[in-house]
Amino acid sequence: MNREDFEILNQEEKLIYFDNSATTLKPKQVVDSVVDYYTKYTANAHRGDYDNSLKVDMEYEGVRDKVQKLLHNRSRKEIVFTSGATASLNMIVFGFMKYQLKEGDEVLLTKAEHASNILPWVTLAKEIGIIIRYIPLENHLVTVENVEKMITPNTKVISIAHVTNVLGDERPITEIGELCSKNEIYFVVDGSQSVPHMTVDVEKQNIDFLAFSAHKMLGPTGVGVLYGKEELLERLEPTSLGGGMNASFDSEGEIEYKALPSRLEAGTPNIAGVIGLGSAIDYLLSIGFDRIHDHELELKKYAVEALEKIPNIILYNKELENGMIAFNIDGVFSQDTAVYLNHYHICVRAGNHCAKILKEDLQVKNTCRISFYLYNTKEEIDELIRVLKNSEDIFKVVL
Amino acid sequence: MDPNLRREILLDHYQHPVGHGLKDEKGYIKINTNNESCIDNLDIMYKIKDGIIEDICFDGEACAISTSATSIMIQSLIGKNKEEAKKILDNYEAMLDERPFDQELLGELNVYDEIYKQPNRKKCALLPFESLRKIIDQL
Repeated sequence: MNREDFEILNQEEKLIYFDNSATTLKPKQVVDSVVDYYTKYTANAHRGDYDNSLKVDMEYEGVRDKVQKLLHNRSRKEIVFTSGATASLNMIVFGFMKYQLKEGDEVLLTKAEHASNILPWVTLAKEIGIIIRYIPLENHLVTVENVEKMITPNTKVISIAHVTNVLGDERPITEIGELCSKNEIYFVVDGSQSVPHMTVDVEKQNIDFLAFSAHKMLGPTGVGVLYGKEELLERLEPTSLGGGMNASFDSEGEIEYKALPSRLEAGTPNIAGVIGLGSAIDYLLSIGFDRIHDHELELKKYAVEALEKIPNIILYNKELENGMIAFNIDGVFSQDTAVYLNHYHICVRAGNHCAKILKEDLQVKNTCRISFYLYNTKEEIDELIRVLKNSEDIFKVVL
Repeated sequence: MDPNLRREILLDHYQHPVGHGLKDEKGYIKINTNNESCIDNLDIMYKIKDGIIEDICFDGEACAISTSATSIMIQSLIGKNKEEAKKILDNYEAMLDERPFDQELLGELNVYDEIYKQPNRKKCALLPFESLRKIIDQL
């Protein structure tokens, strides 16, 4: 749907873009909003008293309201703009958890997490002696029972992705949120793969902290969001200090920070990026997440039915209800498959998708990943199938 | 080089690589090497005696280019001393960087003489040679 809005899909050389979990294409509306800022009303935010500066403030701060509408949270003060989900997660770990946790406290993760939800924790564990435990996966999936079994009196944090980036499985967030709230556990959710595709309700789902990136939801790169419950964000120490976040300071070293959310947005923010994120949210909400999700499910069903008929294709997550397909051609290294598909202008991702320890559970190190979004079509899948059916000549193409 | 011949050599080394399988013997130096693009991952073991590369073997997961390059590298290096190995390494890197190189010296490694046209695969062709770079001074 809406393919006419994506200039990149309407070039002479056709492009089949199936790598939407990595990043998404940008509609004209998003690009225009960024260009408008750069060509019609460039100014810094929160600084000036002239018209353009006031317009920038209005646009920039207006996006906070849009994010609030997207996440269904209580207050606009709970929305902090960052450079992306990675920065948001690092702020949660090094600005909040570092001061709230102590030696021996346990953090529950899974082996299917993205590097950005593992490496900060591993580093903090070395620094202050918290203990990382991995929730056992059941057929690669997180179950509420397994989470419950792992909770001890020392469990202080559960930090997991809402939807994973390798298999695209959706975790039972609402139930885990309830468990966290009952056991006084901080619930950190990486929403990078869910916020772009489905309705997230941080209140209903008892999410304490949520991180996501704009570029995976039709927005610009280099911008993302940190959501945190207000009373928690109040205790989050700024990991970056500078202009725009202090109310006053003196030569004696006395610093007074501004109120939320400015306190956590040091320096000139990514104004163009935030404005682009705002247009992306408008765009997605105008289509509706139900429609987007249904469309992705329909594409997956269509693709899986055809892929199953090709004898040498191995599918790893066909039964999961999502818009992602992990596969390999039997006996072919995933990167060679991706290079082969690229020859036909089909973009897929090969590798371990930054989830380097999932292989311990999945027993396969590398896969090719197809991830759909709203602009993908059945005709594109037909072309993929045609190319994969002819893959006996793969080495003629890649070598 | 004729594209069909090139493909034949590459495919043969990919499907039947020289030195495939690690050895559980003394006297080997093991080096892990992996690609920045985060996919290829090879362990390569060198056995060096009296300044000569006596044996090389490898294992791991890698694409057709990395695997075949490892195989051809092994074939080219066994029996060579430090000076000879370094010459091969330098000339191979020169070829991938489109600098002048000694074609005759590289033998079957010439199959990668056009890999510079695919920058994402150049890394794959270089991968096994990174391990050689790491141990060359131990020769």
